[in-house]
Amino acid sequence: MKEKPNQNNNKNKGPSIKQVINESDTNRRDQIYNQYVKSVTPKHSLVVNILNAFWIGGLICTIGQGLINFYQYLGANIDFAMLYNTISLVFLSILLTGLNIYGKIAKYGGAGTLVPITGFANSVAAPAIEFKKEGQVFGIGCQIFTICGPVILYGIFSSWVFGIIYYIILKLQS
Amino acid sequence: MAGKQTKIVGKQSIQFENPPYVIGYSSIAGKKESEGPLGTCFDKIEEDPMVGENTWEEAESKLQKEAADLAISKAGLTNSDIRYLIAGDLLGQLIATSFGIIDLEIPMFGVYGACSTMGESLSIGSMIVDGGYADKVMALTSSHFAGAEKQFRFPLDYGNQRPLAASWTVTGSGAVVLGNMPNDSNKNIRIAGITTGKVTDYGIKDSMNMGACMAPAAADVIYQNLVDFNIQPDQYDKIITGDLGYVGSDILKDIMKEKGYDISKNHMDCGIEIFNKEEQDTHSGGSGCACSAITLTGHVFKKLENKEWKKVLFVPTGALLSKVSFNEGNTVPGIAHGVIIEAC
Repeated sequence: MKEKPNQNNNKNKGPSIKQVINESDTNRRDQIYNQYVKSVTPKHSLVVNILNAFWIGGLICTIGQGLINFYQYLGANIDFAMLYNTISLVFLSILLTGLNIYGKIAKYGGAGTLVPITGFANSVAAPAIEFKKEGQVFGIGCQIFTICGPVILYGIFSSWVFGIIYYIILKLQS
Repeated sequence: MAGKQTKIVGKQSIQFENPPYVIGYSSIAGKKESEGPLGTCFDKIEEDPMVGENTWEEAESKLQKEAADLAISKAGLTNSDIRYLIAGDLLGQLIATSFGIIDLEIPMFGVYGACSTMGESLSIGSMIVDGGYADKVMALTSSHFAGAEKQFRFPLDYGNQRPLAASWTVTGSGAVVLGNMPNDSNKNIRIAGITTGKVTDYGIKDSMNMGACMAPAAADVIYQNLVDFNIQPDQYDKIITGDLGYVGSDILKDIMKEKGYDISKNHMDCGIEIFNKEEQDTHSGGSGCACSAITLTGHVFKKLENKEWKKVLFVPTGALLSKVSFNEGNTVPGIAHGVIIEAC
């Protein structure tokens, strides 16, 4: 049987299975078992993940900056150039999602693909594609925001809260 | 009275008086499974993930229908010869099963045991045959990668990183026809006994580490089997768990060793066997009802038929996961069912 090479090193960090089995209190046993499982479960390397996220995320942002410069070069002012850039990135992300490419980049880039607006577009397009089979209303309509719904809801809510705080500060200042 | 009780063994086991014979079986596998180490063992490969249908759910139903048809024809029977069908799958309300088997027109019991379904349906089917309530029954199950992802996790095209402990749902379907009389050949397989598992919960909440959720359940059933029949693990040529994967298998062996039984020499896990971890990027291994079902019908039965193995303990494992209970902060309990299968 194939064994994980790093198993023995990991095992020393957590409790042993003996402690789990000999524990008579169920809650305590579950706690120890969770610690034991944590110690024997392999994880992605944090450093590699951060590096990949950094350069993939940076690349997406660089493309975005390139697009802004390009639209400005075509004669758009900075506000419009930024708007066109957003639209372009969202379009590219949705296109790559439909072609089943974005998921592969995200597998590699992690948060580097999740945080930029391309990740947001992917989280909207993916359920739309998946749930199309369940109809325009109950499929796409109800499911399209299943992943990004919390971001939209709490994004709007927090901007409302900060708006009120801002309003109060302005009132206090005047 | 004594005669009636002889089938009951220990606390959770049964030794069959008239062990049911495996008289037909089939394995249908998807493309990724066909590229794995067991790729050449399966009866039929479906390259198209949609299997010519419109949705993932319909595709899975089609896989079940194909597996059922093939197993019945390999047994040399027709649908009307099968008195009971015991079937299930992973999807809510067993839709892959109910839509897949409509045309079969066989009286059926629907079962849900998550990925342990093949063990559960074989157990119930064997009891029906041994009890004399049917001469022929069929155990049937399936799973589909995309259907399972859609129901339990994220839409397929959503970009995310799967943890290393996560497993890959097997696309496929397996069917086993059991009968009270053997086929006329010298390579018969029969179900000698069963040990039924309990829902076991060690408080793991990580649905991406199902091996750890199910390992205590598997250990419980294997331990109980050995105690009930008063045997040592080496009585079995193989102890075959369903889909514990690399993480869960290590935990299982650890627990068993601590309980006084060393199964490291003869343990095998279908989830580990079915995929090549490095080349196929499947992380901890395969999972899903079809993982243990098609490994059993594509690989294990053949080893038993050519007498390479004489007796095995088949222990498919299931993580009783639901999106609702998970979101409500509940744990992921596990279950496993032991089936003693022997060559005769």
